[in-house]
Amino acid sequence: MSQYVVQRLTERFPDQILETHAFRGDDTVVLKRDKLLEVLRFLKEDAGLNFDLPVDLTVVDWWRKKEPRFEVVYHLYSLGKGHRIRLKVPVDEDDAVVPSSRAVWAGFDWYEREAWDLYGIRFEGHPNHTRILLWEGFEGHPLRKDYPITKRQPLTALLDGKQE
Amino acid sequence: MGLDTTSMGGSFVGTKLTEAINWARKYSLFQYPFVTACCGMEFMATACSHYDISRFGAEIPRFSPRQADLLFVVGTVSHKLAPVLKKVYEQMCDPKWVVSFGACASSGGFYDNYCTVQGIDTIIPVDVYIPGCPPRPEAVLDALMLLQEKIQNAQLDRRSVG
Ligand code: SF4
Repeated sequence: MSQYVVQRLTERFPDQILETHAFRGDDTVVLKRDKLLEVLRFLKEDAGLNFDLPVDLTVVDWWRKKEPRFEVVYHLYSLGKGHRIRLKVPVDEDDAVVPSSRAVWAGFDWYEREAWDLYGIRFEGHPNHTRILLWEGFEGHPLRKDYPITKRQPLTALLDGKQE
Repeated sequence: MGLDTTSMGGSFVGTKLTEAINWARKYSLFQYPFVTACCGMEFMATACSHYDISRFGAEIPRFSPRQADLLFVVGTVSHKLAPVLKKVYEQMCDPKWVVSFGACASSGGFYDNYCTVQGIDTIIPVDVYIPGCPPRPEAVLDALMLLQEKIQNAQLDRRSVG
């Protein structure tokens, strides 16, 4: 069913699509970052697509496995039409920025802050670009695969003779 | 209480008085449940009529640390939360006891990661640990009895007489 979505996207943004694939009926579109906001707006506002539910936004870290290192993943659903689509946007480690989708779906506000907090992806144009789970002053982004697994950043002094 | 039984040494009166005070204390524990995660469900089960923690004189939870003398740390404690736990502990008046409820509170459990305190005993002193993920209510009652034993056998000193 979401083949229709893939088809519409391919027609409208032929130069923005890097790849498409499907797995057991789940369609994925891999996109360039350049016109991402335009693509997202199209998905939301086009009458035939009407993706009104931002389901999930997350990041995959392909450290030492794939280049570019990160993939920002969007899961969208259309309540009215029943379409479901997954978008992936590869970004480089040195340039880990994507445009914020906050202006398209307010629901992605906290997701983007979480992705920044844990993966260190910046969302250009986010109105409140701060950490959401960890505290200010936390160093690094712990879900990155190169974050040392035993590294602790306690906020409280430990009792004598105790260690983390 | 202003009693200095330490100065009475091991005298008959001193010993009997200590015993009486400890006996009274162990059957009137006012708990502060510091509940953060799934273990809380078992804590509630223990507290409710089926397992009935009031048989042990510890049925009344106080949600102000200033009114409690037993701190139940129930669940996972993150580094972000740790300063709050420490503050709650410090606000409690002496004499006070701490029970570490479940694997997470005792050792961090399976959360061996960037955000979880690896055992609350790294930041506050603990009297009794309850193993389990989550512990059965029987284990909680067992811990309570162990704590009562500890209280009964405690020597009164300046700190605990207050
Ligand atoms: S010990 Fe198990 S049940 Fe208890 S808080 Fe941790 S994960 Fe939850």
